[in-house]
Amino acid sequence: MTVSINEVSASPGFGHDLPPHTLRDMLRYMMLARALDERMWVLNRAGKAPFVISCQGHEAAQVGAAFALSRGKDFVLPYYRGLATVLVMGMTPTEVMLGLFARATDPSSGGRQMPAHYGCRRLKIVTQSSPVGTQIAHAAGIGLAEKIKGGDAVAWVSFGEGTTSQGDFHEALNLAAVHRLPVIFQCENNEYAISVHQRQQMAVASVADRGPAYGIPGISVDGTDVLAVYEVTRRAVERARRGDGPTLIEARVVRMTAHSSDDNDRTYRPPHEIALVRHQDPIVRFVAQLREHGILSEAEEQEMRAEVAAIVDRATEEAERAPMPEPETLYDHVYAPARPRR
Amino acid sequence: MPEMNLLEAIRQGLDEAMAADARVFIFGEDVGKRGGVFRVTEGLYDKYGPMRVIDSPLAESVIVGACIGAAMNDTLPIAEIQFADFIAPAFNQIVQEAARIHYRSNGDWEVPLVIRVPYGGGIHGALYHSQSVEAFFAHVPGLKVVTPSTPYDAKGLLKSAIEDPNPVLFLEHKKTYRLIKGFVPEEDYRVPIGPADIKRPGEDISVFAYGLMLHYCLEAAQMLAAEGVSVEVVDLRTLRPLDTETILASVRRTGKALIVHEDNLFGGFGGEVAAIIAEHAFEYLDGPVMRVGGPDVPAMPFAHSLEAAFMPSPASIAAAMRRLAAY
Repeated sequence: MTVSINEVSASPGFGHDLPPHTLRDMLRYMMLARALDERMWVLNRAGKAPFVISCQGHEAAQVGAAFALSRGKDFVLPYYRGLATVLVMGMTPTEVMLGLFARATDPSSGGRQMPAHYGCRRLKIVTQSSPVGTQIAHAAGIGLAEKIKGGDAVAWVSFGEGTTSQGDFHEALNLAAVHRLPVIFQCENNEYAISVHQRQQMAVASVADRGPAYGIPGISVDGTDVLAVYEVTRRAVERARRGDGPTLIEARVVRMTAHSSDDNDRTYRPPHEIALVRHQDPIVRFVAQLREHGILSEAEEQEMRAEVAAIVDRATEEAERAPMPEPETLYDHVYAPARPRR
Repeated sequence: MPEMNLLEAIRQGLDEAMAADARVFIFGEDVGKRGGVFRVTEGLYDKYGPMRVIDSPLAESVIVGACIGAAMNDTLPIAEIQFADFIAPAFNQIVQEAARIHYRSNGDWEVPLVIRVPYGGGIHGALYHSQSVEAFFAHVPGLKVVTPSTPYDAKGLLKSAIEDPNPVLFLEHKKTYRLIKGFVPEEDYRVPIGPADIKRPGEDISVFAYGLMLHYCLEAAQMLAAEGVSVEVVDLRTLRPLDTETILASVRRTGKALIVHEDNLFGGFGGEVAAIIAEHAFEYLDGPVMRVGGPDVPAMPFAHSLEAAFMPSPASIAAAMRRLAAY
């Protein structure tokens, strides 16, 4: 089942009855993710951060989905573009910057992993690696354990469209479908796997088309529309909590940057496309929507931008001041210590 | 104290662990109604039901990958890979994920996971039902690799593995399943992961082995005893972490070392044991550190004549022991 955006938007009332302060919160998280992301690039070009990988253009897809989850209860398994996801789930801007600078107090890995490999057990953000797609199998397993335990938490996992070529994507969707596991699979389709276009990745028009092959709903949604993503995710979460099984959601997004700070997308992307992407900015779109519905004044918008900028300044300063990991900690945590029997 | 074979000891260990802790569940191909292709999980489906003894799809990567996720959601999964020969699709999940999650999260996440893997040849399994895979995995820090060779050790090590907060690859030699019998106490006990065990004390040469080869070494040692050579046979039991203390203490006593495994020699586990001995007990050695292993051919052929030519035997091991003792 591929649902068009028109069907989703048929829900009564703008914002799916979310209160105005929640709508403004969504925007604030999107702005915060963007401002942090932009600052990271500045720090990279200034020689202060060796590597940056972006979520620019994915903010609406991530914030919309995360607002449909229960923070601290549901598991999220974001991939490396998941900055906005982890912010909504409770990671602080300072913690994000600690990861960028590989500081000892980086909650994701204590400076062990490249930036954007988020994780935090307390927040149920599951640690991720760089080989893509492995986390999709973990999400299915988290769902399996939840079913065994009789709980009602869901696992939400994200990945790019290139990753859907991996075997783990297929194996995990199939397993989750067979056992009707409480998992939401979010593919953030920005049409590029580094330089390879979706056309060379798959012969179907939409990743969502694959859902029915597994016997589960596949829903394609405009991933630059935060409220549309919120609504389809909310329904998928409800379905998962009811025990009706997983949903595959394709959020069609734009990649507003190169793949990473080590990439140059002008070598493979036509100039008119790069220019066009700038006009598909999910934040510009949401600001316009909120303004149109009288939920955000120009003064409020400016205030929000100033607030976010100050947060990013403070996070950068705090993280830069934090100490590097001590060399002798290299040997820590190879094996977990034995625990008392229970 | 009842006598049972190695397979029954593992089944009993699984049963007791599942009875003691509701978080324990089994996930693998044919483990449910069929009770596993080797019957290791026989009866457990009827006893614990389809939510705790779960037939997985035929997909090794997600067998391990889903168990990793489940382990991170407060359960204690036991994955079964039907044959070691089929573990390759799960290599990424085992090595990149299970083994590295605790380290990469700076100690935040744990993966308490057991992966049971029947391995080894001599059972007419040909290339793809006979392989030994320990060398691939023993190389990986963060992973524990266990290779029991007796029913007592198998049950005790299995319980330790289930209680361990780390991923444990639990390698069960298929030929020992019904061939090797032994006494297993009725009371609850553990065999700790790590320590090796001197299965036969001796004075003239030290032999290190595990799995089926341990038993072949014991047979060979018996032959050598009749010839007046006293052979110490050390069961490594755990390949990672490796009990280097017991290995070095034995070599320092006898001055001679032989490592025996069924896996092929080049880059095999014996090379690591030999290197440790060469590095830390060189001045005690009265002869070269020797190895007996499978030949460097891609895998074990089916025809009986070829399979027999592949497998180290008590006779070929005894011959190596004689050569070493002669130094």
